[in-house]
Amino acid sequence: MKILIVDDFSTMRRIIKNLLRDLGFTNTQEADDGTTALPMLQTGNFDFLVSDWNMPGMTGIDLLRAVRADAKLAGLPVLMVTAESKREQIIEAAQAGVNGYVVKPFTAGTLEEKISKIFERVEG
Amino acid sequence: MQEQTETDQIRLELARALVAHLEAGKNEDADRVIGELAEIKENELFTEVGRLTRELHEAINGFLLDSRVSEMTQVDIPDAKERLNYVISMTEQSADRTLTAVEESLPMVEALDKQAGELLAEWDKFRSRLLSKDDFRGLSDELAAFLQQTQRHSNSLHENLSNVLMAQDFQDLTGQIIRKVIDLVHDVEEKLVKLVRITGGKLEVSNKISDPAVLEGPVVPGIEQGDVVTSQDDVDDLLSSLGF
Repeated sequence: MKILIVDDFSTMRRIIKNLLRDLGFTNTQEADDGTTALPMLQTGNFDFLVSDWNMPGMTGIDLLRAVRADAKLAGLPVLMVTAESKREQIIEAAQAGVNGYVVKPFTAGTLEEKISKIFERVEG
Repeated sequence: MQEQTETDQIRLELARALVAHLEAGKNEDADRVIGELAEIKENELFTEVGRLTRELHEAINGFLLDSRVSEMTQVDIPDAKERLNYVISMTEQSADRTLTAVEESLPMVEALDKQAGELLAEWDKFRSRLLSKDDFRGLSDELAAFLQQTQRHSNSLHENLSNVLMAQDFQDLTGQIIRKVIDLVHDVEEKLVKLVRITGGKLEVSNKISDPAVLEGPVVPGIEQGDVVTSQDDVDDLLSSLGF
């Protein structure tokens, strides 16, 4: 299971990376915005994407749309982990094809729950 | 007052003349008198506009000459930006120190847990008299090594926890810096209110319509940020209502 973590704050990337490692996902890579993440996704054979929304360069929602528009990546499960909590934004993300949405600040339990839910659905 | 009664006197005379002209059917003369009356009114208006213009001019000049305003724009606000950037870097450093300590500690705890589990299994065998003399010698060496490692790891864990403790010093420092910036924002607010008053604008705020394209960031208690969810449960409810 290869996971890409996209967030402009390195500390948040480290926190997510550590939480994922605790959950048994040790194969993770990091990118600091959508512009860096997209080429990594296109060539890196990732199985899962965890992305922030608000980032300089390319935002998480644009990255999600780019992923869904790319024939090779369209089926990639995407979890949005973000401080953006307006209802219309959550709906926007849902319509863009997000698989899960976690609002910051979040707990390890929430992250675990959302990730396992996504895999249940993807595998089932 | 003298001037006022003089004007009144002139107007009264003109009015009488107007009535007289109208009664006599002298329309041209009547028009001329009406013109004169209007002129008096216009002169008063011009004087009033002139006075207001002068007052506005003086008020704006006074505002611009207020040394606090220029100090704020030239010194305090650039300072505040520096201060807030420093807050970002301090909180980042603190988070990094804490994360490093945690990343170093977790594998040590995991190793201790794993070894303790293995030794416990051996120890249980020994208590059930299932260990040979040689096996026991091996267990004894492993126990000694484990106790030494426990001590080393405990020292490292102590050090890491102290680092986590010390990394919290940002709270005090950033708190002081942010409080200063809040004071400045308050000052700027007062000056802006004054400026709005001078220019005669009404202090009515049109209802702020939130632009859906603007990212609001974290929810802050007490700040109107539009239709936001307040917890992960709300997010889950919203998503499940959309068929997730």
